[in-house]
Amino acid sequence: MNSSKYIIGFTALLTAVVALVLSLMYTGLKEKHKQNELLFEKRAMLGAIQDKASIDVSKMKDAGVIDFFSKNIEQLVVDTKGNILKSEDVEKAGYKGGKAENVDLKTEMKKPFEKRILPVYIYNGEKGDKIYILKLFGKGLWDEISGYIALSSDLNTVVGASFDHKGETPGMGAEMKDNPKFRAQFKGKKIYDQSGKLVSINVRKGGAVDPEHDVDAISGATLTSNGITDMLKHSLENYNNYLKKLKQK
Amino acid sequence: MSEMKESKKALFPMTKKEKKLLLDPLNDNNPVTVQVLGICSALAVTSMLLPSIVMAIAVTFVIAFSNLAISLMRKYIPKQVRMIVQLVVIAFLVTIVELTLKAYSYPVYKQLSVFIGLIITNCIVMGRLEAFAMANPPWQSFLDGIGNGLGYGIILIIISFFRELFGRGTLLSGTPLEMKIIGASSDFWINTTTNSWFGWYTNNNLMVLPAAALFILGMIIWYQRSKNTKLVDIS
Repeated sequence: MNSSKYIIGFTALLTAVVALVLSLMYTGLKEKHKQNELLFEKRAMLGAIQDKASIDVSKMKDAGVIDFFSKNIEQLVVDTKGNILKSEDVEKAGYKGGKAENVDLKTEMKKPFEKRILPVYIYNGEKGDKIYILKLFGKGLWDEISGYIALSSDLNTVVGASFDHKGETPGMGAEMKDNPKFRAQFKGKKIYDQSGKLVSINVRKGGAVDPEHDVDAISGATLTSNGITDMLKHSLENYNNYLKKLKQK
Repeated sequence: MSEMKESKKALFPMTKKEKKLLLDPLNDNNPVTVQVLGICSALAVTSMLLPSIVMAIAVTFVIAFSNLAISLMRKYIPKQVRMIVQLVVIAFLVTIVELTLKAYSYPVYKQLSVFIGLIITNCIVMGRLEAFAMANPPWQSFLDGIGNGLGYGIILIIISFFRELFGRGTLLSGTPLEMKIIGASSDFWINTTTNSWFGWYTNNNLMVLPAAALFILGMIIWYQRSKNTKLVDIS
């Protein structure tokens, strides 16, 4: 039998060594992790508009993605009333850099509706047509899900969408990100009905019913599919006033 | 298997015992089909081939190096807290795997998501530490870890091969090597819409669900025992 002193000493030493190595590794790789995440976001955004912009994101190199993004995409931050915020105001809200890509929608969704601020990305096409890319955030089965939806210049028709998740099951819920057929269904759908009411897009189990507002759910992943429906509804509600203001112009 | 033995022999001279440590877990003492450990992750990650391969590599890395580390420390670990010490070592290695994948292979990290963290709870790792590394020298423990990791990985790869093929019609999707084998469009090698004699085949959605892994695992165990009769428990 070992003495208590030895046991405590041994475990303390082991923990200290492990903690030291891991924290060194974590800080050493932190920049790389951040870069990867940001690049991933940019790829997701371009994924939502790739048909319109005639690019293939999956074949683009990392540098190409960054270059295309900085050349063609304009960033805005709006509030839920539809006003465009200045970058000082965004920095006041706690986001260093003051750009749309610095805004964390997760923290914003926790705030009351009136206080949220939202990122908007505008793609300026060659012919002067604009595509509005809006960020989505919600809850899937296991963890957070997020995504981007791109609206054409009529602010109603969907040009494309891309999704991401943190912990959905590979082969099932994870298909929301991996399966291009699921994403492709969103193209041409409408988020407003004819009277101008926001109805969003439903991910429907058993097959789409409404040709304008429904897409097929992912088989084996009903709860993730429901999560996507909720995410689209709640996130698009955030942008509702902004889109209405834009339409009036 | 004899082929593999010879090639190993040529590279590293090994004693009979060491060879047994490395090769036994592949068949006679397979952690999944014989010891029936690690079933949970074998059901969860095997719906596609690529995550299974990455998982197999990650688990092999974790078992081998945690075996090595525990074996090096085995004379100093206080018996009362040995399990906690083992867990700390496993969690340490798993975190290294996770941080490395996140930095250098972000898409794969995204795809495996929660399952990397769940290697910590994989009973094969803990089982080998308790049963082997606590009582054997480092080099043998390391080989035992590699053997068990590969034994686990082989089963994972066999299951995911069938699940991806019958469930989605593809193999290795998500890599540049993606093969589209069977499906309802001209992208696939076997186009089920043009071959009228094959028109009955549609992707089997059951294969995508975790239950299918249990069926395939059952069939692997059946096949293995029919070939390897010494595994059959007659008592």
